[in-house]
Amino acid sequence: MSATDTPFERASDPYRVGRSRDWVSTGAGRGYVYATGHGEGGPASKRVIVGYGFWIFLLSDIVMFSAFFAAHAVLQTATAGGPSGRDLFNWWSIVAQTAFLLVSSFTCGLSAVATEARDQLWTQVALLVTGLFGLGFLVLEGRDFAGMVMQGAGPQRSAFLSSLFAVVGLHGLHVSAGLLWLGTMMAQVFVKGFRPEILRRLVCFNLFWHALDIIWVALFTIVYLIGLGR
Amino acid sequence: MFGKLTWDAIPWSQPIPLVAGSVVVLVVLAVLAWVALKGYLPYLWREWITSVDHKRIGVMYTLLGLVMLLRGFIDAIMMRSQQAIAFRAAGYLPPEHYDQIFSAHGTIMIFFAAMPIIIGLMNFAVPLQLGVRDVAFPTLNSTSFWLTATGALLVNISLVIGEFARTGWLVYPPLSELPYSPGVGVDYYLWALLISGVGTLMTGINFVTTILKIRAPGMSYLRMTIFCWTALAANLLIVAAFPILTATLGMLAFNYRSMVAATMFICLVSYLVWMHHFFTMGAGADVNAFFGISTSIIAVGTGVKIYNWLFTMYGGRIRFTTPMLWSVGFLVTFTIGGMTGVLLAVPPADFLLHNSLFLVAHFHNVIIAGVIFAAFAGVTYWFPKAFGFKLDEGWGKAAFWLSLLGFYVVFVPLYVAGLLGMTRRLQHYDVAAWRPWVLVAGIGIIIMMAAAACQVVQFVVSIRRREQLRDETGDPWDGRSLEWATASPPPPFNFAVLPNVQGAEPYWGIKQRAIETQQLSAEPRYEPIEMPRNSPTGFITAFFSTLTGFALIWHIWWLVGLGLVAAYAVFVWFAWRDAVEYSIPAEEVARYDRERRRAREQWLAQHAGQPA
Repeated sequence: MSATDTPFERASDPYRVGRSRDWVSTGAGRGYVYATGHGEGGPASKRVIVGYGFWIFLLSDIVMFSAFFAAHAVLQTATAGGPSGRDLFNWWSIVAQTAFLLVSSFTCGLSAVATEARDQLWTQVALLVTGLFGLGFLVLEGRDFAGMVMQGAGPQRSAFLSSLFAVVGLHGLHVSAGLLWLGTMMAQVFVKGFRPEILRRLVCFNLFWHALDIIWVALFTIVYLIGLGR
Repeated sequence: MFGKLTWDAIPWSQPIPLVAGSVVVLVVLAVLAWVALKGYLPYLWREWITSVDHKRIGVMYTLLGLVMLLRGFIDAIMMRSQQAIAFRAAGYLPPEHYDQIFSAHGTIMIFFAAMPIIIGLMNFAVPLQLGVRDVAFPTLNSTSFWLTATGALLVNISLVIGEFARTGWLVYPPLSELPYSPGVGVDYYLWALLISGVGTLMTGINFVTTILKIRAPGMSYLRMTIFCWTALAANLLIVAAFPILTATLGMLAFNYRSMVAATMFICLVSYLVWMHHFFTMGAGADVNAFFGISTSIIAVGTGVKIYNWLFTMYGGRIRFTTPMLWSVGFLVTFTIGGMTGVLLAVPPADFLLHNSLFLVAHFHNVIIAGVIFAAFAGVTYWFPKAFGFKLDEGWGKAAFWLSLLGFYVVFVPLYVAGLLGMTRRLQHYDVAAWRPWVLVAGIGIIIMMAAAACQVVQFVVSIRRREQLRDETGDPWDGRSLEWATASPPPPFNFAVLPNVQGAEPYWGIKQRAIETQQLSAEPRYEPIEMPRNSPTGFITAFFSTLTGFALIWHIWWLVGLGLVAAYAVFVWFAWRDAVEYSIPAEEVARYDRERRRAREQWLAQHAGQPA
């Protein structure tokens, strides 16, 4: 099990999780500078591992949402004599929610730019604006939900409304969890600065927030646009 | 204050669950008291409960699975004995209790026995076989385990507080809806599975990332063991759909590439067969034809694998040790189960056979062979790696032969009873033609009880004889993959220096070179190793998940809120810690490795001149 005849042994324990970025190959027919985890280069860097794992999580989350979308698409007309989307949806509120979420995604992207520049102030400002738009989105959505329940159009009224509250509520829960995460990240960036693990978490948070935006685009189309047409 | 929970939730009038529950509680309390009195609690807390070491988590997963296997097996004994005496009679289990037993049996066996054992073996073996020090996300791994334990705990709490679902383990509506299942049984099922499902999903993410991104230098995809490939396939399915049972043991197969291809083919196609559970639902001929064909096609990939295993054995030299016996038993039994599966894959036949004991016999044929036999092969195979001594062969072989015999005596009669029209889940029946078959199955379960007893004796005897069964070399089976290249049990960091993989059988090459040259390769330069620190995050998260789950089942809303707030607090607390790794000094690494090299050199001297 010796590694004396290889270049691997020269760097200090290069295969420790997260260390392979430091390792520079010195030959032996392998031209790798950075181990990416593809093929034979040894374990990937921690940044790659964390980002990759989070992508897998997002994909599984998207699979879950697609199941909810499929259920809603089937049940969209199952109103059991109750109100349909056309009767219930508050068009201006939905437009405002969409705008809020899209803008928050943009400011989230700005926060990543500020983070790349290691600018504490602008990172915090951009994250704060992101959070405020996210909060505004949640307030509008909560108001719509409350209004529907007041009219007697709660999730127990019909299969259509059950699936509507399920899929929109699931997205809303994700946004709420994202806001908690965002607040925690702001505190961490403030207290601990741009340490490597904080940077990795910021990457994951960015991925999460943009994924929620993409899911909202699908939700807007399937639930609201198609729902209004039915 | 306590939602729907009152003193009436405890089944005072039903002696069986009450006595069983009390015995379990007493046993658990006795074990805890013994551990506390012996002063083992700090050790358990530091070295196991808070451990983020993949090997220890693997052992805990497997232990949980084995205990739950015993629990599910007791359900099976109750069902078989009830049916054996309930011919034109009421038997000893009232219908509402019998219904809970078969629901709990399915749920526990699939989600809390089979899956934890398989995930445990993957946890233990995959990083070792990949030649690395841990999985991608060690603390997440610990959290996954403890959430699975939460699910198992909730299902078992339902034995004494409230009730379990009476709907069968798939809880189909409308039977599972409130008007027909007004109690808390379905809630127990839902929350237990949801919480443990989060754990399993995180395991899936963890292992896909580990296998695809963290491998020893030189370990390309086509040098990974078949076990790593099946682990990857299983975890992809977990991520995509969650639970599918896939596990087989790896050796270098007759044709490695066809094995990998067949595995990934099954991984893909098995995602397209789920409708075969619902042929009779009314989806129509076209849909049924598609899913019938895709289900049959699975048999092609499986056939490739079966022939591969057969040719591998044909081309090899077989030692009939206990793990090999389990593997052969798996091959034969799984093939039979697969063939009855192809029969069921034909939709018109399924219309007649579904919901019958034929179906029950079929999937037990597949699952007991494919999961339980394979799991016992894995447990026996990797036990010496985990604990440093082998399991007793005599008791292991007795357990195997009794299991194999008992399995056929139970399930062959059930095939026949199913063909005679006996439906599943009958609390009592009055068709005389079924009776002999049900009685034979009842005898079979007695044989399986003897097999289970042999398993327990095997562990007890092996632990008592551990000095004679000690594995000094770290390579008790003359293995080929990397887990045998390190000591038994492996040090926390697995490998003193990460192996440099140069072929598909990395350890075999190293060993042959050592035998040829009569010496180990030169001692490497040892460097300090940094490993993740242990963390109680998983345990605390699971503690609050248990509270939250229990509160959701009984509608204790303030406790739900408390549990969620606490969960968030744990998350922040964990994210806030500064020291996440500790360093093992180079001298200590060297000490570990020199010890191992000394044992290997001794082995080499003993085997001088003879081929391995």
